[in-house]
Amino acid sequence: MYQGVIMSGFGGQGIVSAGILLANAGMIEDKYVTFFPAYGAEMRGGTANCSVVVSSEEVSSPVVARPDTVIVMNEPSLHRFESQLKPGGLMLINSSLVAAKPKREDIEIVFVDANTIAEKIGTLKVANMVMLGAYSKKTGAVNVDSLIKSLPKVYKKAKEDMLKKNQEALRKGMEEV
Amino acid sequence: MTERILMKGNEALAEGAVRAGCRFFAGYPITPQNEIPEYMSWRLPEVGGTFIQAESEVAAINMIFGASACGARVMTSSSGPGISLKQEGISYIAGAEIPIFYADIMRGGPGLGNIAPAQGDYFQATRGGGHGDYRVIVFAPNSVIEMGNFPRICYELADKYRMPSMILADGLLGQMMEPIVYDFEPIDPKDFPEKDYLLGCTEGRERRVVRSYDLRPGYLEKNTLKLEKKFKSIEENEVRYDDTNMEGADLVMVAFGTASRVCKSAIPLAKEAGMKVGLLRPITLWPFPMKVLRQIADEVEHILVVEMNIGQMVEDVKLAVEGKSQVHFYGRPSGSVPVTEEIFEQVKMILKK
Repeated sequence: MYQGVIMSGFGGQGIVSAGILLANAGMIEDKYVTFFPAYGAEMRGGTANCSVVVSSEEVSSPVVARPDTVIVMNEPSLHRFESQLKPGGLMLINSSLVAAKPKREDIEIVFVDANTIAEKIGTLKVANMVMLGAYSKKTGAVNVDSLIKSLPKVYKKAKEDMLKKNQEALRKGMEEV
Repeated sequence: MTERILMKGNEALAEGAVRAGCRFFAGYPITPQNEIPEYMSWRLPEVGGTFIQAESEVAAINMIFGASACGARVMTSSSGPGISLKQEGISYIAGAEIPIFYADIMRGGPGLGNIAPAQGDYFQATRGGGHGDYRVIVFAPNSVIEMGNFPRICYELADKYRMPSMILADGLLGQMMEPIVYDFEPIDPKDFPEKDYLLGCTEGRERRVVRSYDLRPGYLEKNTLKLEKKFKSIEENEVRYDDTNMEGADLVMVAFGTASRVCKSAIPLAKEAGMKVGLLRPITLWPFPMKVLRQIADEVEHILVVEMNIGQMVEDVKLAVEGKSQVHFYGRPSGSVPVTEEIFEQVKMILKK
């Protein structure tokens, strides 16, 4: 099993923390994982992306040039990463914020209304978890329980209530696909 | 800490230094190494250590010079532009034979360059870097585990040989996260080896002087020849490298740091295409694994050096093989990281398949 994932969106959408959560979940399943953030002059409202590899074998290169999956949280990310996705790869699109459709026909496309679902849970902040829940169900790269177990490890300062909302968002995301 | 935890390379390095007994850190911010001073700023006070955000790189290197001369395990870190500023101090420290440990988390250069991962500081690191006749022990990790565990080895060698040791890593290794387990228990500063050259209270002993200059005719030469002897002994005894898939290889890649990981990922592709390709990864860049390369050159026709620069380590490889193998080079400088397919293409081109 090898999954190279790129997550991309606006700074502030929890792209980096979702990536760390995914890597942590893979780690507690005893898989090999790497996480690498784009660390340019990132800021809230700017673009943010990260690469995560979850693999059953040692990860030689942490550089994900041809992702198996791209999680698209905003429209610029769609345009930026569409061409890099592997043929047959999966594109998970946050349809709340992305009106455009991918042009490629050799990929699998799944739309998730992540912001709307997150708002129903009570906070927009968990839209990233909705996408991650959908991702785990769709690819099986990590189990959702591992993601939930990782929540307090990654969000060390989060209050109980917020952890619960994140959990709920992961589960709701799974139900969407 | 037997449980695996997910850590950023820079943080793993900082924690590794603290666990190895570092109690004094002075530094000045620069991307992509900022997590090191950030981590030290809260971690060192927890263990009774001192963190100083210095007013400049020059101040930082001289602060650790002083602290080490008084017996502390010390550290500073920076990226290329800051390490350049520290070279004067590093040269003085090498001359005074004081152990220090520092890290260069490389970014694109020359000049202020950019903040993307690069390996352009190889020459600077392996040739000493500052003025005068000296060397620095250079470790090149290629994973977060090594980022965390190499500081202990660096400290031990710095103490053993009374000289600077360093970690040379590209920004990707500093910024990436991977699971890590430390392979050593935390070291208590009380257990450091005795040093008979330290400064401090002179009561009951002769006065000691730490200095890097000697104006008496002939004395400095004697001292530098003593350093030379030390460096030769290091070249003899402290070389470390890692090799993969060398058995019957038609081509051997040589790479360090992130480039070595990308090269490793090209091996299965080559195998599938019926090519026997091995990888030699120098772990110490100085001392450089000359002997093993010489042996490889006796048996292998093609050597492909891959670096994230325009060709620096390749010169050491050429020195080692002395024309016995064909040495090819592929480089991506100033912030570009090669991908697996690129390396595979190079291999195919060389082996004409």
